[in-house]
Amino acid sequence: MTKNNNRAYFFIAPFVIVFLSFNIYPILLTFYYSLTNYTGMGGIDNADFIGLDNYRRLTQDDFFFQAFFNTLKIWGANFAIQIAIAMGLALLFSDLRLKLRGLNTFRALFFLPNIITIASVALLFSILLDWNYGSLNQMLLNLGLISRPINWLNNPVYAQGWVALIGAWMWFGNTFIILMAGISGIPKDFYEAAFIDGANWWDSFTKITLPQLKPILLYVFITSIIGGLQMFDLPLLLTDGRGAPRGALNTMVIYLYNQGFSYANFGYSATIAYGLFIITIIFSVITFKTIYRSQVKVKNGGKK
Amino acid sequence: MKNLKIARGVIYFFLVLLVIICFIPFYMMIVNATRSNSEILRGFSLVPSSYLMENYATLDSYISIWVGFRNSLVIALAVTILNSYFSALTAFALVVYQFRGKNVIFVTFIIMMMVPGQLGLIGLYDLASTFGMLDTYWPLIIPAIAAPFTVFFFRQYLITSMPMSILESGRMDGAGETYMFHRLVVPILSPAIATMGIFTFIGSWNNFLFPLVIIRSPRLYTLPIMIRQLQGSPVAQNLGAIYLGIAISVVPIMIAFMFLSKYIISSISAGAVKG
Repeated sequence: MTKNNNRAYFFIAPFVIVFLSFNIYPILLTFYYSLTNYTGMGGIDNADFIGLDNYRRLTQDDFFFQAFFNTLKIWGANFAIQIAIAMGLALLFSDLRLKLRGLNTFRALFFLPNIITIASVALLFSILLDWNYGSLNQMLLNLGLISRPINWLNNPVYAQGWVALIGAWMWFGNTFIILMAGISGIPKDFYEAAFIDGANWWDSFTKITLPQLKPILLYVFITSIIGGLQMFDLPLLLTDGRGAPRGALNTMVIYLYNQGFSYANFGYSATIAYGLFIITIIFSVITFKTIYRSQVKVKNGGKK
Repeated sequence: MKNLKIARGVIYFFLVLLVIICFIPFYMMIVNATRSNSEILRGFSLVPSSYLMENYATLDSYISIWVGFRNSLVIALAVTILNSYFSALTAFALVVYQFRGKNVIFVTFIIMMMVPGQLGLIGLYDLASTFGMLDTYWPLIIPAIAAPFTVFFFRQYLITSMPMSILESGRMDGAGETYMFHRLVVPILSPAIATMGIFTFIGSWNNFLFPLVIIRSPRLYTLPIMIRQLQGSPVAQNLGAIYLGIAISVVPIMIAFMFLSKYIISSISAGAVKG
């Protein structure tokens, strides 16, 4: 039984006060600044209202579009590698005939890179990948796999590839744990029944595992893309912090940060933040719609 | 049966290979932290050398990495405590009482979970600047009091694991509401507090963008900001020292993880299945 009690207001007051002043108010203030040419100096009185000019500029800003596509490309490659490895591992460890041991140990080892500070990871790779004295080139030269050092971070494709690879390295363990939890929730008799009906491995995978895992896969997808759109620390610290080589590592949040805090375009930086917000909403809505549609389909099918 | 054995052997081989690939960057970091600059320039090695102390002296002469450590720890602890306590209090109020505006709060939560943290960055910076809080920890710590995601998580937990009868009998015994929150609700919530606490702590420890914007004075730098300073500093001339700096920021987290890994992994599994 719940109780009417004015004490409730007393209990939620700290949350509400801080939420309004440190969460909602900054978001609204950012929106106001996105309509101004504020430089970040002198407060709200020094901001000239310029209407939607910043938004018009954003829709024609090649750098913003480049940043958007860079972010999407790097996230896409990272997600593909990450989900492929994680799914492969989850299938191996859940295989009833293989009965692999050491799940807990492997899970922990694969997960570890995930909790390391990204700033440290980025700086570490920026020196490991250095073409002159980086350990990677030295090792590849020693092994005779390359004959000349490769300038990894000076080539846009290589640089984006490395960000995707490092991202996948940091996240595949996390995805593996989630998929593993999902797969172990699928009733074993589904597989036994399929086996009796003569289904092979591929049939079980596509007809049982994937459909049963759908909600989990969508959860992995949505959390990964929302995080991916906010990619910042890794590409910033891997090269010069302005998106080198040739703008290939310029992500939306790096662009937002540099416009605001390197070039003193506070107003425009605020607009980029709202651009990022709108893009996040679009991606979330598309994903949620897919979930909703699949749920309706299942309901109509009369299954659970 | 024999085929199965071979298959198992091949799979274990690739699993161990994957572990090695995962750890080679960290291994190179640790080895290079013990080598001198000229050794590193000369070539690659998997054998540690003997320059650890020299590298530490070089690093220490430019950057007080332990100060960064302490600063990150202070912020992360304050954030975790405030986040846990006030989220528990808010979730308690949302579950136990009826009051006007409850639904508004709830809908706001759902919306806020989709909002990227960077959306309020410019506004928060300006707010901090207006109230003279730039270059202090306040803008990094105070927002922890209002964490919609943690409140949401605690609320779901309380709904499933707190019997209302406990509160009823507490009230009959004349216990105050605040007393019951501290003595009855917090212990019931403690597994959820531990779960969210670990993730909140890691999140704050790794936070980069907000401290980068808010903090100016080197003596207030957090560890990630200090790591960034390493990049352009004179330390960068000595690769061994820079590897050591990175290692110092990484190794303690690895050690902490060894003790907490079981807990962290089961939390991720549980969160995903429920979510």
